[in-house]
Amino acid sequence: MTIIKNTGGFVPRDRSWQPAALTPQYKTSVKRSPQAALLSFPTTLSEETNPVFGHNMLGELDNNLIHNYAAAGESAIGPRIIVHGRVLDEMGRPVPGALLEFWQANAGGRYRHKKESYLAPLDPNFGGCGRTITGEDGSYEFRTIQPGPYPWPNGMNDWRPAHIHFSVFGHGFAQRLITQMYFEGDPHIWLCPIVGTIDDKTAVESLIAPLDMHRTVPMDSRAYKFDIVLRGRRQTFFENRVEGM
Amino acid sequence: MVQKLEYLKESPSQTAGPYVHIGCTPNFTGIEIYGEDLGAKMKTGPVKGEEITIKGTVFDGTGTPLRDALVEIWQADAAGLFNSANETRGQADPNFTGWGRSPGDMDTGEFTFDTVKPGAVPFPDGRMQAPHVTFWVVARGINIGLHTRMYFADEAEANAVDPILTRIEHQNRVPTLLAKKDADGVYRFDIRLQGEGETIFFDI
Repeated sequence: MTIIKNTGGFVPRDRSWQPAALTPQYKTSVKRSPQAALLSFPTTLSEETNPVFGHNMLGELDNNLIHNYAAAGESAIGPRIIVHGRVLDEMGRPVPGALLEFWQANAGGRYRHKKESYLAPLDPNFGGCGRTITGEDGSYEFRTIQPGPYPWPNGMNDWRPAHIHFSVFGHGFAQRLITQMYFEGDPHIWLCPIVGTIDDKTAVESLIAPLDMHRTVPMDSRAYKFDIVLRGRRQTFFENRVEGM
Repeated sequence: MVQKLEYLKESPSQTAGPYVHIGCTPNFTGIEIYGEDLGAKMKTGPVKGEEITIKGTVFDGTGTPLRDALVEIWQADAAGLFNSANETRGQADPNFTGWGRSPGDMDTGEFTFDTVKPGAVPFPDGRMQAPHVTFWVVARGINIGLHTRMYFADEAEANAVDPILTRIEHQNRVPTLLAKKDADGVYRFDIRLQGEGETIFFDI
């Protein structure tokens, strides 16, 4: 029997902290949620490995949404902000080399997407996507404009809070995560059926970025701080014991 | 009082929403900022092993195809090695990334991956797992990404002793994880989110 060198499996997800699949107030979830129970098993190499993305894949403006779609000499319209934070695991360890992708609507709440029909206009100098890779300490930052809230066809008068979508790759495919960042003080947060898919108030609060005056650049950009936590990895050798030990 | 366990909580997931492609496959939506969409190509040169195509469609609980899903796959190379920093058993095929991302066809929702048939990968206890491809599906209406695996119907012998497949209590659901090879070398793997023929999803 081959004994596999293993750096430790991932800690199981707390599914009561995470949103359930079926959350009827978010109508689309009704027919897109599995009815059978999920099958549990310990993570294997298939979940404990992950593609590596090198810093050399990034373009100079990939983390600057104010300028990465703008014509020369132009910039996106809207409140200029810096979003920064760290990617950590549940043990509090930084996650370096993590690829973050983010996308958002423009200042008026309009997405640059052909299936979007909201009457707020597109900004010709705003595309709405960016990406970056965390540094050795797990930190990241990017510049953008603060997105606007937008209406969506769920209830008859549902509005999404201002938000930025995040897609995150950690060090194992088991850590793969997509989430949304909200802004401190937005009253739409507590009305939103998508936010409401999360039961725990503390869990919701962990997605709300506070205004960060320490990182605000005077006369230029305000800053918001948003830390992201990925699943932790055990450091155990028990499962690698040679037979008979 | 006992000491406090000072672990952080994982960030809660939220749906990828209907416009996930703006962020993950921007070129597909006509936003040309990056050279090409990430995960569009899994082969960066001549690869080892049997080259295959995986096609499929994600269906909702009414049997309607999802035309706004984003599907990602992660797999070993033909020798069963991952192109990953965590791979300690050897050097994976440098021309094969192992990771693919497909936005699906704009009209039909059908996803496509040009890849290679993966080799077998060991389970933590040393038993061999049957060749498989890990799938991750996100979309509007899906609050947390759905993990599943595609196995190959033509690997019956390996499938019969696979540590995961044999663990499934309802063996009549195993076929939902098996892809069948078409005559043209294409494996078809449809994913049913809900109801009759519901795909087995994993909590890993």
